[in-house]
Amino acid sequence: MLGKLTWAAIPFDQPIIMVTCVVLLIGIAFVLGLLTWLGRWRWLWVEWLTTVDHKRVGIMYVLLAVVMLLRGFSDAIMMRAQQALAAGGGAGFLPPEHYDQVFSAHGTIMIFFMAMPFVVGLMNFVVPLQIGARDVAFPVMNALSFWLTAAGALLINVSLGVGEFARTGWLVYPPLSELAYSPGVGVDYYLWALQISGLGTLLSGINLVTTIMRCRAPGMKLEHMPIFTWTALAANMLIVAAFPVLTATFAMLLLDRYADMHFFTNELGGSPMMFINLIWMWGHPEVYILVIPAFGVFSEVIATFSGKPLFGYRSMVIATMAITVLAFTTWLHHFFTMGSGANVNAFFGITTMIISIPTGVKIFNWLFTMYGGRVRYTSQVLWTLGFMITFTIGGMTGVLMSIPPVDFVLHNSLFLIAHFHNVIIGGVVFACMAAFTYWFPKAFGFTLDERLGKMVFWCWFIGFYLAFMPLYALGFLGMTRRMNHFDNPVWTPYLYVAMAGAVLIMIGIVLQVVQLVVSIRTRQLRRDLTGDPWQGRTLEWSTVSPPPAYNFAVLPVVEGIDAHWAARRSGVPVQVGPIEDIEMPKRSALGFVLAFLSVTGGFSMVWHIYWLGLASLLAAVAFWIQQSWSEDDETTLRARDLAAFEEVARLRTVRA
Amino acid sequence: MDARQRSFRATVIGVALAMVTLSGRAEGVLDPWGPVGATQRQLLYECVGVMLIVVVPVIVLTLAFAWWFRAANRRADYRPDWSYSGKVEFSIWIIPLLIVLFLAAVAWGSSQELDPYRPLRSANKRVRVEVVAMDWKWLFIYPELGVASVNELALPLDTPVTMHITSASVMNAIFIPGLAGQIYAMAGMCTQMSVMAGKEGVYSGLSSQFSGDGFSDMHFKVIAADAPGFERWVAGLRRSGQTLDKPAYERLVGQRGSAATAYYAAADNDLFDYALQRGTKPVSAVKARAVDPRLGVCRDMTLTNGVN
Repeated sequence: MLGKLTWAAIPFDQPIIMVTCVVLLIGIAFVLGLLTWLGRWRWLWVEWLTTVDHKRVGIMYVLLAVVMLLRGFSDAIMMRAQQALAAGGGAGFLPPEHYDQVFSAHGTIMIFFMAMPFVVGLMNFVVPLQIGARDVAFPVMNALSFWLTAAGALLINVSLGVGEFARTGWLVYPPLSELAYSPGVGVDYYLWALQISGLGTLLSGINLVTTIMRCRAPGMKLEHMPIFTWTALAANMLIVAAFPVLTATFAMLLLDRYADMHFFTNELGGSPMMFINLIWMWGHPEVYILVIPAFGVFSEVIATFSGKPLFGYRSMVIATMAITVLAFTTWLHHFFTMGSGANVNAFFGITTMIISIPTGVKIFNWLFTMYGGRVRYTSQVLWTLGFMITFTIGGMTGVLMSIPPVDFVLHNSLFLIAHFHNVIIGGVVFACMAAFTYWFPKAFGFTLDERLGKMVFWCWFIGFYLAFMPLYALGFLGMTRRMNHFDNPVWTPYLYVAMAGAVLIMIGIVLQVVQLVVSIRTRQLRRDLTGDPWQGRTLEWSTVSPPPAYNFAVLPVVEGIDAHWAARRSGVPVQVGPIEDIEMPKRSALGFVLAFLSVTGGFSMVWHIYWLGLASLLAAVAFWIQQSWSEDDETTLRARDLAAFEEVARLRTVRA
Repeated sequence: MDARQRSFRATVIGVALAMVTLSGRAEGVLDPWGPVGATQRQLLYECVGVMLIVVVPVIVLTLAFAWWFRAANRRADYRPDWSYSGKVEFSIWIIPLLIVLFLAAVAWGSSQELDPYRPLRSANKRVRVEVVAMDWKWLFIYPELGVASVNELALPLDTPVTMHITSASVMNAIFIPGLAGQIYAMAGMCTQMSVMAGKEGVYSGLSSQFSGDGFSDMHFKVIAADAPGFERWVAGLRRSGQTLDKPAYERLVGQRGSAATAYYAAADNDLFDYALQRGTKPVSAVKARAVDPRLGVCRDMTLTNGVN
């Protein structure tokens, strides 16, 4: 009846896990209690759980990412503490079977449930506003995408208290992840969670590509699109091309584990090398899915705060598209040491280096955007400058490892760990932080506290260097990744410094929360009534903050790049013409319900409760079909009501 | 300066000194003890040097532009429409392109030169070592000498050694920092790594590919010894009296967990081919404990245009 699930699945003997679970349960109970006490259940259901508004979906994505950042960071600081304590033959406080889950969960959560939702959430929120659209192309599917991602995140976190997580590393390389070596449910949790959230990501990719290609404001040609939209287009094309590979690869591993097949086993003709090729055929584009939108964020920020258009717009677009294509040509550099032979390795080494050309061009473009500008040192600009310096170093270490013989000495060492944290923290996380404070006033109508924002930056910036520069050194000293304990006293001082860096980053994260709380409490003082607190350049700044559900009462007319900036200069607003009735999608429970059923289905499959898995699938399909027949999915906003609302908004702006 | 400040300063200096001295005598990839490691280090330095040609100016310019064009600096030109310059565009494409052209040539040449499959040249006769990664230990077989050891590898000085590498279970990577880097060990497959020790000493090697709970203990001692020293080491193995035949091999594979050093005076001469074939079959299928001559065995991967 309950498959493999018994009370033994709950690790009562693990104090660290049990305390965490209890704290989490108390937290959840508190939130649920608060909702009940405030009578906010209906509000939650109507305004958020069933919303199809791209802005709210985007906000929920970012909220999920922030929560997962806390989880992933707890894993990180446990790893740093373990390695700092486990020096000189000591055992540390985490036994290998727990530590292995911690680093696997850290990687999985940070990439799939922190970085991805953050970036996808930003694109969701910003892109329709930037292209002057009222929503994404498929609003209901958009909500479904988010809820599937959230379902995956929930499953991963359930594994903390019920059963275990994968002990294989974040990419579950077989044969270690095959049944013979990982008989537990950890790998199954990983696979089902990522199949569910991966489907959400793929749908979201299709949605945003369609939105950008089909829903732009009148007059906005491709070459008028803001750079962030260009990067979103690139990233979503990559999602559409790469995520099916991930799904197919995991499907094969699932068949190996559930149906006794032999795609990646040692025995009976399976080839683990195939998995490694396939997973990186997704994995390398994934890196660019994350970092290309980050480039877009920095492009917007640096142009806005320099008071100048981006230098070399065409170069930037060409570079972005070049990276998009080249992203698929470099996967083998993740395993030069597999022994493919000199020619193959050299080929992939060179394709990897070629990517650094368009990337280098981008750095120069940001540099020359500041040239001749009036750079305002806001926290967003600090993040951008911090990124330019940090990412350049990370790029250099990356190109260094693209030379196969050099990779032979640095692969899988802490040098590699330092490198990819250097580009992912220095690139993606810094971008997310900059984007968060940059677009926050657009989403909520008030700005965030700058003083605290800058403190957050300095904590992250210095903390990053303290935490990861020692890892470069440790890589040179021959320390490899994923070590639970070791007895080389030479490594210990470096690990102490790295630990200090992690603590500094933690202070940064705490200050970020403080910044949010303080800003919310003082929001009346920091209201932005203009809709454009930064003297922005692109269309999202031409509507009020927060934007109404329909974004623009009259669809803007665009004649060039930086439409909002041009309109401010010429004095001709982008929204001209009479207000007409607007058709808006109705809210829908489809996403939430399907995600709920995928949680029950995924959980059942992990524990081999097949009847419930099948029931969840059937229920999901039935609900989906039933909802698809519904014709009543749109509502009309009357022109008269819109005009009244717009008048109120206009008066507010004028008063400001 | 009061006492507390003094003691703080002493601590800082102490830590700094400790780090310098410790890293000074630390082994690692920057402290090579073989010709391959030395070439790899040289390559690493050269490539970093070339890249600094562009990296340093970028960082300096970032800071300089950001400083000079700060909003408060009224002496700086404000050009609110300047967004294109053919000359600048040309340079920013051409400079990375040139550097990558250079690095690509380096990558191509060095990949061939330092191909781990390429046997190394030396006046001394080549020695073959067969390596089997197990959960969680390393087995080293010297087929020409008929001896084997667990978690201890000895290399005769200035002698080219070809390692044939496979795994009895999951993927691992054999990594000997300072000697020649690393290569994966995979079941049913034979990878190769050419190494040559150039400096006498006792070093360590480890697995660099995570392989499960016992991974952290999967390290081994590497002894680089001159010819008489190596002979003595082999003689020591011969004195152990243990024999590594196929049942003993199966027992070794079956003991999951880290293992102490072990020596074998004799090893079956088709043991590595057996290990290679055994890696792709369930235990039930190898009852016969025979090597199937029709299946792949590890042949020396002689380069078509190579030396050997």
